[in-house]
Amino acid sequence: MALAAARGKLIAVIGDEDTCVGFVLGGLGEMNKNRTSNFMVVDKNTSIGEIEETFKNYLKRDDIAIILINQNVAEMIRHVIDSHDLPIPSVLEIPSKDSPYDPSKDSILRRAKGMFAAEDFR
Amino acid sequence: MSDKDRLNVFPSRMALAIIKTRLKGAQKGHSLLKKKADALTLRFRMILRKIITTKTEVGEVMKTAQFSLAEAKFTCGDISLVILQNVTKAAVKVKSKKENVVGVTLPIFESYQDGGDTYELTGLARGGQQIDKAKKSYGKAITLLVELASLQTSFITLDEVIKITNRRVNAIEHVIIPKIERTLAYISSELDERDREEFYRQVKKGSRKKEKDQSPRGGNKESPNGRKGWPWRGSTKHI
Repeated sequence: MALAAARGKLIAVIGDEDTCVGFVLGGLGEMNKNRTSNFMVVDKNTSIGEIEETFKNYLKRDDIAIILINQNVAEMIRHVIDSHDLPIPSVLEIPSKDSPYDPSKDSILRRAKGMFAAEDFR
Repeated sequence: MSDKDRLNVFPSRMALAIIKTRLKGAQKGHSLLKKKADALTLRFRMILRKIITTKTEVGEVMKTAQFSLAEAKFTCGDISLVILQNVTKAAVKVKSKKENVVGVTLPIFESYQDGGDTYELTGLARGGQQIDKAKKSYGKAITLLVELASLQTSFITLDEVIKITNRRVNAIEHVIIPKIERTLAYISSELDERDREEFYRQVKKGSRKKEKDQSPRGGNKESPNGRKGWPWRGSTKHI
């Protein structure tokens, strides 16, 4: 753990092709020795079980600090995301190209909702 | 209820003193914990506000990033396969630092550049400028998202800690302090009773002694006021 922290951790991405391409272009893709990558491209043929499996694997890996996930993908595996309550790795929901960002679906903002007035959410 | 819900102590003066110090300790602890909870809530609200502003900002940045990627795709065709296949080492990594807020360690993420750019030559033929632009805007999005991630992590951690602290505050306020107070009341009532008993015994002893003193001379077995059953009544004024 300490070693992994000293080495610097990775950011994982689960999302549609464009999101993955963008972030990998931005420089966060990594292929490790076992030829497993830290990003997953979700298309219309990807099954929910596969996404769930990958997400759980990312949660288990100790070299991943942040998991970025498209909101429409997050919606598919909402129960897994809601059951993850540890601070690290932190799961961030990001808007995807074809679906606008809906703050009321975000698990974090839903927890925060009771504390702030509605106008703070736009 | 009040008989059962107290500490199991023997009612003595020493126990009274000990319980009193415990009450004082519990009150001090209560006020300290309350202060801690307040400090945490202050921090929590600050983070919450920051999260909301950063989330909206992220939405904007993601929009421009996606636009720039679309531009790049338009100028140099489909580059997604090239990019996804050429992954080797991550150029952007995350360092985590620890920040201490009233005894709670919050992880703070910081992104940093590690190693060179793998996609230096992508789009060399055409569209290099657009790809560069997309790269930059996604890099900006990543730094913003890392910031948001650390805020979110702090949010979850603080939420947990605030819950625990509030539970403690309430436990001290509604369980521990009433219990100690009941114990105090019990001890003082026991002590009072013992005092009364002691007093009665002293009085009785005094009156007996007097009776003994009187009997050889006067031989009067009755008490001075003439009543037989309550010898201490009349003799209290003699002690």
